[in-house]
Amino acid sequence: MNDKSSPRKFSRRKFVQGVSTTIIGSYVLTPGVSKISEKLEAETKEIASGKKPLNLIVNKVRYELMISPETTLAEVLRNELKLTGTKLICNHGECGGCTVLLNGEAIYSCQMLALDAGEKEVTTIEGLLTGEELHPIQKAFVEHDGLQCGYCTPGQIIAAQAILLKNSQPSKEEILTGMSGNLCRCAAYPNILKSVLAAAGYLTEGTNR
Amino acid sequence: MNDSFSIVGKKVFRQDAYAKVTGQAKFADDINFPGQLFAVMVRIASAHAKIKSIDYSEVINDSRLIKIIDHSNIPGNKLVGPIRNDQPIFCFDKVVTPGDVICMLIGENVDDLNKLKRKVKIDFEELPVLNDPLKSLEENSPLIHPEFENNLIIHYPLRKGNIEKGFADSDYIIEQTYRTAFVEHAYIEPEAVIAIPQETPNSVKIVGSIQNPFTCRKVVASVLNYPLANVRVIQAELGGSFGGKDDTMNILSARAAIGAMITGRPVKIKYTREESILESYKRHPYILNYKVGAKADGKITAMKIDIIADGGAYSSMSPFVTWRSVVQATGPYEIENVQTDVRAVYTNNPYTGAMRGFGSPQPIFAVESIMDELAIKLNITPDEIRRRNCFTSGSFTASGQKLEKHDVNLIKVLDTAVQKSGFKEKWIKYHSLQEFKSLEHKNLSFNDADSLILKEQDYLNNQNYLRKGIGLAVSYRGCSLGAEGIDAAAAYLSLQNDGSLFLLCGLSENGQGLRTTLSIVAAEVLGLTLDKIIYLDQDTSLIPDSGPTVASRATLMGGGAVKNAAVEIRNRLEKLLVDEWNLAGDAVFTFANDKVKYFGGGAKEISFNELCALAYKKGISLSAMGWYKGPDVHWNEETGQGSAYFTYVYGCQVAEVTLNMATGEVFIDNLIAVHNPGRVINLLGAEGQVYGGVTQGAGYALWEEINSEKGFIKELNFDQYLIPTAKDVGKIKPYFIEGRDIYGPWGAKSLGEPTLELTAAAIANAVRNAAGKRFFNLPLNLEEIFLGKKLKAESLNRGSA
Ligand code: FES
Ligand code: FES
Repeated sequence: MNDKSSPRKFSRRKFVQGVSTTIIGSYVLTPGVSKISEKLEAETKEIASGKKPLNLIVNKVRYELMISPETTLAEVLRNELKLTGTKLICNHGECGGCTVLLNGEAIYSCQMLALDAGEKEVTTIEGLLTGEELHPIQKAFVEHDGLQCGYCTPGQIIAAQAILLKNSQPSKEEILTGMSGNLCRCAAYPNILKSVLAAAGYLTEGTNR
Repeated sequence: MNDSFSIVGKKVFRQDAYAKVTGQAKFADDINFPGQLFAVMVRIASAHAKIKSIDYSEVINDSRLIKIIDHSNIPGNKLVGPIRNDQPIFCFDKVVTPGDVICMLIGENVDDLNKLKRKVKIDFEELPVLNDPLKSLEENSPLIHPEFENNLIIHYPLRKGNIEKGFADSDYIIEQTYRTAFVEHAYIEPEAVIAIPQETPNSVKIVGSIQNPFTCRKVVASVLNYPLANVRVIQAELGGSFGGKDDTMNILSARAAIGAMITGRPVKIKYTREESILESYKRHPYILNYKVGAKADGKITAMKIDIIADGGAYSSMSPFVTWRSVVQATGPYEIENVQTDVRAVYTNNPYTGAMRGFGSPQPIFAVESIMDELAIKLNITPDEIRRRNCFTSGSFTASGQKLEKHDVNLIKVLDTAVQKSGFKEKWIKYHSLQEFKSLEHKNLSFNDADSLILKEQDYLNNQNYLRKGIGLAVSYRGCSLGAEGIDAAAAYLSLQNDGSLFLLCGLSENGQGLRTTLSIVAAEVLGLTLDKIIYLDQDTSLIPDSGPTVASRATLMGGGAVKNAAVEIRNRLEKLLVDEWNLAGDAVFTFANDKVKYFGGGAKEISFNELCALAYKKGISLSAMGWYKGPDVHWNEETGQGSAYFTYVYGCQVAEVTLNMATGEVFIDNLIAVHNPGRVINLLGAEGQVYGGVTQGAGYALWEEINSEKGFIKELNFDQYLIPTAKDVGKIKPYFIEGRDIYGPWGAKSLGEPTLELTAAAIANAVRNAAGKRFFNLPLNLEEIFLGKKLKAESLNRGSA
């Protein structure tokens, strides 16, 4: 399916089992440590509950989080950071609704463990806006009606962004191939294509920023 | 107001586009409330079972659980349904399909609850499972709902003329049986809802992905046993619905509401894709037997139709869906002798209900296929057989209704499609390639002697196996609800004294672009620019019950209501100007571009905001409630005669396909869609509707199918349930033919469903033209075309789970 990298395939379940063993090991030691500062106690509890520290850079902001290791990047974005523009549609690597950029590459954030995104640059739909000013791709989607219900739209726009970052003048065929991992049940496809072509134009003209 | 518009019919950007392209639009699962809990559903793996006992002992004391809710917690109605109350909020005596829910667990964390739900022990006894709708009315078949005497949900007969005489008068008779599949809406946003207890006792607020907030309110109120006014339903931004976020969402809302009222905290339910596909209703599979008699000149003398619709486990909208089928089953043809019987029956399959098209795609597939067969038999082209039979002004439908008071321009629609596509020449050319008519594949080279796998050049590139085909289909469609129910809608306009405007309508924005359409209507009447309009979210406590947003009725009914409100305000403003400027009572003004002008003796002008300020100062009301009611229609249940709908729209689609004879793969090269929606309000939105409808129709034609194996669904996510991607459909070209109508805003009627209902039929006819062979069962996927049958999955295990 297209050029979008579905991240490493490995079983989440096995991974979690491995991690929890070590944590449970450390938990055995903690009851002995009494009267520590509240903060430390809280952190100890986090560790006891199996959480791991994560340093995430999202839309140029750095976040320090404690998360359960089985949490996906999509879940962290939506539930912890409240960046709800990223949508969970299939949670199965099939629809592209959760597409974000990871160091400039489009990935399905539902298929990546958040811990694997540590220290990398994540860009979500929220990162495209400057103040109230639309990014040229967003502007093109408005002008060419590249949406109906809008639920798949953040994923579509980020997928388009990934294509245009690599190739500023993609052909129709290249756009369709690049976007074919993003389902749109409203089937705004012809207008999405027009939008991406127009966005390529705006970006090369440099009309916007 | 005359027909020269300042904004109607132009390309207008979507009102809500900014919120949607920035990710700011708030869909139900994007919204959370302080103190919110979650609920997860508990089911058993059975399609038909008697519940013997439920044992909560292993979970009841778990600290991760806050509350278990089952049928015993329901204060009001335990069974609901839009027409017949047969669907339980929580099952209590038996389950009748695998999507059924027995109880739900409430707690802080979904993952924890999912672990706990396995510890609820449910003892059940399997009952015989009924999957075949054709067996459902047999004497000894299991009763799905023993409270009814048999598995029949509804039977609609229609009798016109004398069917025996009609066939006796004919020169040719064709009889064929067609089948269609279960189809999933696959709205891209899975279900989500939050119920929030309110400050006043016994009242609850519901925020969710709800297509029909008023229907939802009715269900929740009946389940909680509250007055309607104590249940406030607010629609969150809706991520697609296509008819699908109705019954399922009403039931989910009721469950969340019970949870919220019992725990005293907000309760959210959100579904995964798997749960969504498992529990939500589908489009009905139909088995359609058509017998058609015609004279040698192509004039149809008789049509006899027998349809069985699989209603699945619950009646849901089956009685309304199949009613549209009985009205429209003959297609847009004037036939003197008609006998139609449509029956919907219960099975243990997933239940079926409203889905874009609503009982029309199935009969259109059958009747348009058989019309082509008739043309081929009579040696005339498919467009010609339609021209000789189709409705014109003053024609009588199968239900005896005279088509009048609107432009019956089906022939114009057909001719446009034929001419734009070069249909006739292409059809004759492809049809005449007789030597290509065989689908036998004995000349193919396989990888090795034992293999059925073709060499790549044979299945991908071999031009010998690529055939072209072209096909068309026509339809007519009754607008709005028809004799289904009360047909009226409300809209509220509130002008501010600086000329900005609030607009609120009782119908819903489901992604179809209603906000934009209704804003255009208000802007046109009042001469406002669109940036002055703030569209308010639908809220059942703020606007009168306007019925459901279904049946492609929102532009017609909602638009009518907005227009009425806007005209009322405009009349007040005009009267004020007549007084202020000392004009004659019949002075004519233009309202455009935020200005009001008078061109009579001594032309005058005032800006719209000054005018509003003036009206406010004079104490003139700047707000109005518009109400639009459709004219009465009637229907005779015994004979199937009556004026089913107050007006109709017409459409024609032409598909051009490439068929790979070696693999059975069909690619849609081109699709021309010609529709008469009455009047186009927003050209950009109208084109979007065509792209969407046609693409969904293509999915229906070629790929989409839910297999119910003993009631269980295998296609629970998009790895197995294939919906069209950006690459799957070639070029789609919409054309609009406008027609006069006395109803709707400036004659604007319906478009959303007409665009979908025709597509599969047009594609099937194109495949017939390419293959020289008729295929009778949707979808026309590889195995249907290559093997002539559907391969069934052997196990329910999912490939990529
Ligand atoms: S939600 Fe991640 S690919 Fe569908
Ligand atoms: S806009 Fe609705 S799914 Fe794409």
